[in-house]
Amino acid sequence: MATVDLIGLNKSVDGHVILDHIDLRIEKGEFVAVVGPSGCGKSTLLRLIAGLDEPTGGSILINHQCMNGVPPAKRDIAMVFQHYALYPHMTVFDNMAYGLKMRGVKQSEILQRVAAVATMLHLSELLKRKPSMLSGGQRQRVAMGRAIVRAPAVFLFDEPLSNLDATLRTKMRHEIKKMHSQLKTTCLYVTHDQTEAMTMADKMVVLNNGKIEQEGRPRDIYQYPATLFVAGFIGQYPMNLIEGTIDKGAQFVNTAHGVSLPVPKGKRSLLDGEKVLVGIRPEHLYAVEKPSKRSFSVKVEFIDDLGADKLLQVVTVLNGSPLLIRVLSDKALPSYPLEVEMDLTKATLFGQQSGERLGGWNGA
Amino acid sequence: MKKNPLITVLLHALIWLFIAVLFLPLYLALVTASHLGSDMMQAPLPYLPGNAFVDNLTVVLTKGIPATGGEPILSMLWSSFIMAFLIAGGKVFFSLLGAFALVYFEFPMKKLAFASILLTMMLPVEVRIVPTFQIIAWFGWVNTYAGLSLPLMASATATFLFRQCFKTIPSALVDAAKIDGAGPVRFFIDILLPLAKPQMAALLIIMFVYGWNQYLWPLVITTDPSKATIVMGIGYLAGVADQIPQWHYLMMVACIALLPPSLVILVFQRWFVKGLIE
Amino acid sequence: MGNYNSYKKTALLFIAPQLLVTLVFFIWPALTAVLQSFFYSDAFGLHRRFASLSNYMDLWHQREYLHALYVTILMTVSVTVLTMSLGLVLALLVGSQKRGQSIYKTMLLWPYAVAPAIAAILWRFLFHPTLGFVTAWLHWAHVDFNYLIHPMQALLVIIIAASWQQFSYNFLFYFAALQLIPTSILEAAKMDGASAWHRFSQIIWPLLTPTTFFLLTMNILYCLFDTFGIIHVLTHGGPGYSTTTLIYKVYNDGFVGMDPGSSSAQSVILMVVVSGLALLQFRYLEKKVHYQ
Repeated sequence: MATVDLIGLNKSVDGHVILDHIDLRIEKGEFVAVVGPSGCGKSTLLRLIAGLDEPTGGSILINHQCMNGVPPAKRDIAMVFQHYALYPHMTVFDNMAYGLKMRGVKQSEILQRVAAVATMLHLSELLKRKPSMLSGGQRQRVAMGRAIVRAPAVFLFDEPLSNLDATLRTKMRHEIKKMHSQLKTTCLYVTHDQTEAMTMADKMVVLNNGKIEQEGRPRDIYQYPATLFVAGFIGQYPMNLIEGTIDKGAQFVNTAHGVSLPVPKGKRSLLDGEKVLVGIRPEHLYAVEKPSKRSFSVKVEFIDDLGADKLLQVVTVLNGSPLLIRVLSDKALPSYPLEVEMDLTKATLFGQQSGERLGGWNGA
Repeated sequence: MKKNPLITVLLHALIWLFIAVLFLPLYLALVTASHLGSDMMQAPLPYLPGNAFVDNLTVVLTKGIPATGGEPILSMLWSSFIMAFLIAGGKVFFSLLGAFALVYFEFPMKKLAFASILLTMMLPVEVRIVPTFQIIAWFGWVNTYAGLSLPLMASATATFLFRQCFKTIPSALVDAAKIDGAGPVRFFIDILLPLAKPQMAALLIIMFVYGWNQYLWPLVITTDPSKATIVMGIGYLAGVADQIPQWHYLMMVACIALLPPSLVILVFQRWFVKGLIE
Repeated sequence: MGNYNSYKKTALLFIAPQLLVTLVFFIWPALTAVLQSFFYSDAFGLHRRFASLSNYMDLWHQREYLHALYVTILMTVSVTVLTMSLGLVLALLVGSQKRGQSIYKTMLLWPYAVAPAIAAILWRFLFHPTLGFVTAWLHWAHVDFNYLIHPMQALLVIIIAASWQQFSYNFLFYFAALQLIPTSILEAAKMDGASAWHRFSQIIWPLLTPTTFFLLTMNILYCLFDTFGIIHVLTHGGPGYSTTTLIYKVYNDGFVGMDPGSSSAQSVILMVVVSGLALLQFRYLEKKVHYQ
């Protein structure tokens, strides 16, 4: 178990900036997920922490000791790779034992440790097989076993589940969480799949274009996204964005859908005429029986019946802008056109130009 | 559209005819090797094997060809074996190491090193025969196994073959090895070599045949008959054999000389072909 | 990505052996040859006189050198045409028959195992002016045959022995290349009504172009260098100089005639030719990749 500190971490290649001033602190035993789209720099971040690459600026500390220039083998870290990186000509046992062998661990102790981890991951019957004779899920477990058997201070995961099918992925997510709760090792988990990040992490870090957009608990990031990017990236269905303008005098936000909302408490005072966006997630828009001050009319264009939910693709009657509404499947839909209202406590106000969160309506 | 069976038979017959013509020299050589010398000097020439095969074999192996003041062929065979093994082994060894350096490292003057290895493709031993001889003589390595094999041990083709093979190995394995604590040498021995085994085998086989069949270089570098290789010695034996015709012995030697490489190609055909086609 | 770049010393250690052998036994001799070609030397290179380009200029006036050039070209063209056409024909024949294919392949591959010098001895026996089998047949057909006397017959014997030995290489590569042609293309052509000749000339032959180019280069290299053993065993370059090729002359002038200067000059010329060939092939490969 160890703490990991990244201080002002920079990485550029040929003048191209990959990571821009990353500051991050990971506590002992924390499970941190770094999530972002392809090319955001998350794999590079992992490689820097592992020691497979050197940063162009800044420092990496593990347990408060500076690791710059220290080779990977001496950092007390272990990594689980996206494509497993198992040694194809070695048996499962030898794959798991190799790291220990390189550190001069006695054969008897190797046997013991590998056997223990094999039992934990249900690999005991497969110890004599070679990777080519294993399924994808089994290979993934061997890759994890190789990391676990080293009993390192930090586990690094590089999109380990992206090569597995959906059912296996769900199962392995739980295996990893279980392992984390058992071993309590500090974990850094990199993925482009926000579901994995949301479900597994104690703390989530959203990375975009080499910069940290937001850092915090998954729930907080979901409910109070700091930027438009985070709002769009996190969450199973994309957030709806409604254009609006600030009317400072009347203290209202006039939305494009003809609804006026009170100006929320925010991080800074808002300017008159400032262009904003009201963000509301599909599950926080409801159909109402009768029109009200806060409701607006929409026309239903498509209904996606997903079994448990229904997704309504609608357009506003007023100006034809599209919205996504999630409805529980057993709910009956009132007649056309639909009157829709939003749960204001769940909405977020964004600046249109900056993309930054300006405030919300639930007192946060 | 069914294939006309007559045409098929015809085609097979054509192929067999060609094969027969191809193997004719071998067949006639074997026939000659199984007869007495006197049989070969009278017309009509025998076309069927005689029964002197074992006798001729024994004479040739133990006493050499009598007319030439015989060097036992056995010692020439031994020379050839050693030379072929040294050349094959040396080529594979040096190119493995070289390819490893070229693929997994950056080092000063890497481009220059690459270019000079490439250059060896343009310099078959025949073209540098005189100066190479002078250099070996200067080292005092004439009539030694070192002199026989060293100049033939660098191979650009082998290096590039291994280089290609190494490049197909996923780079994540290097990362995993680094994290496991394996330095470059350990990586080379524990991970790279086992994965390159098929290429190593194919190359060893091809280079063995190449080494065994060398003619000009052994001719030039070997003046002591005891170090002569069997392929190189053939020309000398033939020259003398003309005075006192001993073609039955000579054909026996020729058959012995072509046996090891033929066996190698026969047994390891698949690997051999794979290695050639790359 | 995956590399051990920080271990510079290890890298140098690994590349050193090969570089050493390359330097000492390839580059140094090549440079020595270039150097020696600019001098008139005695047999052991002890007494030298600077000759600048004289060694080279003398060659162009030497009848033997021009004749060697002629012999080389003649032999190369003959062997190349013979081996490539036979190799292709057999590859097509064997490729078209599924039954017995592996046996055919094995048997047709065999001559590659035979050293050129051994091939030469076999054919030397067959063509022996008094004792040879083939000579007996030729005499029966009223052909006056003695390759030790007739220059053209000597060259013919060399060509036959060389083609016999080199055939397998051409067969092998053409066979492998034919296997790579997708059968779907040929079947589509058959359904379109293309005749066998059409299928060959419009589809198969163009697809074989890279192989043909490659074999052309390899055959030329073979004829330039590997035929030394054949010539040495069969004719020693004779009768007269009628079977002396460029490489044989390098050897002859260097080791028998004891003229290192001239021999080196000839070596250098051959080196330039080979480099040119290698460059051509490289260029061609690059062009091919570029257009793909």
